[in-house]
Amino acid sequence: MIRSLPNTRSYTLGFKLYVILFFVFLFAPLFITCVLAFNDSQFPALPWKGFTLEWFTADLPERVGIFHDSLNLSAIVVSFKVAFWVSIFSTLVGTCGAFLFEQENFRFKQALYFLMLAPLVIPGVILGISILLFANTLGMFFENTFNLDVSLFRPGFWLVVLGQFSFISTLVTLVVSARLKKFDHSLEEAALNLGATRLQVIWHITLKFLRPAIIGAFAVAFLMSFENFNTTLFLVGSQSTLPITLYLQVRDGSTPVINAVSFLLIVGTSMLAVVNLTFSRKKE
Amino acid sequence: MNAARSRITLPFLIFVTPVLMWLFLLIVLPHIDLLLMSFRIEDDTGGMVWSLVNYLNFFDEPVYWRTFARTAVYAILTTVITFAVSLPVAFYITKVVSPRFSGFLSLLLLMPFWVSELVRVYGWMILLRESGVINHLLLQAGLLQRPVEMLYNDITMVMGLVYTSMLFMVVPLISVLESLDDSLIEAAYDLGGNVFSIVTRIIIPHAMPGIVSGGIVVFMLTLGNYLTPNLIGGKNSLWFTEQIYNQFIASFNWNQGAAFGFLLLILSSTIIWIGLKLTRQKLSQVVQ
Repeated sequence: MIRSLPNTRSYTLGFKLYVILFFVFLFAPLFITCVLAFNDSQFPALPWKGFTLEWFTADLPERVGIFHDSLNLSAIVVSFKVAFWVSIFSTLVGTCGAFLFEQENFRFKQALYFLMLAPLVIPGVILGISILLFANTLGMFFENTFNLDVSLFRPGFWLVVLGQFSFISTLVTLVVSARLKKFDHSLEEAALNLGATRLQVIWHITLKFLRPAIIGAFAVAFLMSFENFNTTLFLVGSQSTLPITLYLQVRDGSTPVINAVSFLLIVGTSMLAVVNLTFSRKKE
Repeated sequence: MNAARSRITLPFLIFVTPVLMWLFLLIVLPHIDLLLMSFRIEDDTGGMVWSLVNYLNFFDEPVYWRTFARTAVYAILTTVITFAVSLPVAFYITKVVSPRFSGFLSLLLLMPFWVSELVRVYGWMILLRESGVINHLLLQAGLLQRPVEMLYNDITMVMGLVYTSMLFMVVPLISVLESLDDSLIEAAYDLGGNVFSIVTRIIIPHAMPGIVSGGIVVFMLTLGNYLTPNLIGGKNSLWFTEQIYNQFIASFNWNQGAAFGFLLLILSSTIIWIGLKLTRQKLSQVVQ
């Protein structure tokens, strides 16, 4: 049954086989996507026609590699920009949220906490359409009342940032709260006794203690934002993010360029994952 | 910290202002607006009037409510399958494999889920489509005479949905099983319990908080998924989020879309609420 108990041979073997199959199932699509990025063929399919880097580097009429593919490159840039702002905003607000719910007492705290958790159980599509509708309502209001045309309220870059921020902040709040729970309050009390103000204590002591969690939360926020599809789908304007651009290409047929982009994404996210894990290891 | 209890301090204001702005401007008000918009329609003169038509349309048009019911049933099915697939893996990693490998295996398990959902779905498309890798290999091996389209059916769609959200089941399961004391299983074994009774009477009761939190997240993500049903399920996938998308982007009928969105929100909240009630858990405990 478990490792400390005697197990039959067939139980151990069968279980091992199941787990191996599970991992094959897990990695097969990623593996094949990466392999076919290097296949010298016009289609992302077998047979294998030889190794090539052309889907990355080529700039030929019949074959444009990712490094010369302006559509995907500009989408990558947009995604980086969106993810940058989303992770900055959500880390700031999420950290405030962690302090608010862990260190302050106020009326309606439970209700507000519940509200803070809500974005976790609201489907991303619904967040997207409700923010789209609300922005549109506000936009019409400003236009009718003040005769102002506010571009923020139209689908576009900043609306995507706001939409993603609305649920990623919850994740940051939870990650930072978890770390703040482990904080030894006697440190704060000592500093307060020595004459520091509350804000000085937070700045010099508590935030230093929280740094690994905040960096980890920033990385997770960045990744969540970079990969978000459901919420972004409804808020995106003329500047498309990478997942949306890729979706449109995949839906209408595919070329190995998509494999090349996917390969870069897989390598990039794996590296970010490793960085994030090293930081959270240090935290322990 | 007691000072904050009685009066409003500067730190409190610094913390509470951004949080209130976030929750009210981006969560509360947009959802109120969503609800209001769902009760409005355009009348003959182009003005907006209050009406229940958007909701009545939902019940009048069989394709709408059938899609809705279908989405709900498949999302529950996906959640159950995800649990059944994940439990043995989580158990193997925490209890069966030698401790030297369990850290490595759980790391390995997380890797694919850092990668964008789109890339993972795309990988399955390359594998399964008519000109795909699996067909190619089966033809080469002589097991197939002609290629078979393995995409665009419900079984593949459910498999894709399970694949997409598996992580959110495995991780909570691993963390609850880590806290399960091995000696409980040993005692049950010594007293003559078989695998079935140990699983149903010790492991599952202990793992309940993890099962519920994993189940809620998997259910919610599946219900709100758009990519996987759309790309793997194909034209006939009939997922409710696609209906919402069609109303918003294709028909440009935002009020109808708002009504659909609200119905989906009610569906997901209700099922999550029932799940919490049945297992006597609280949302704030489950997300920890």
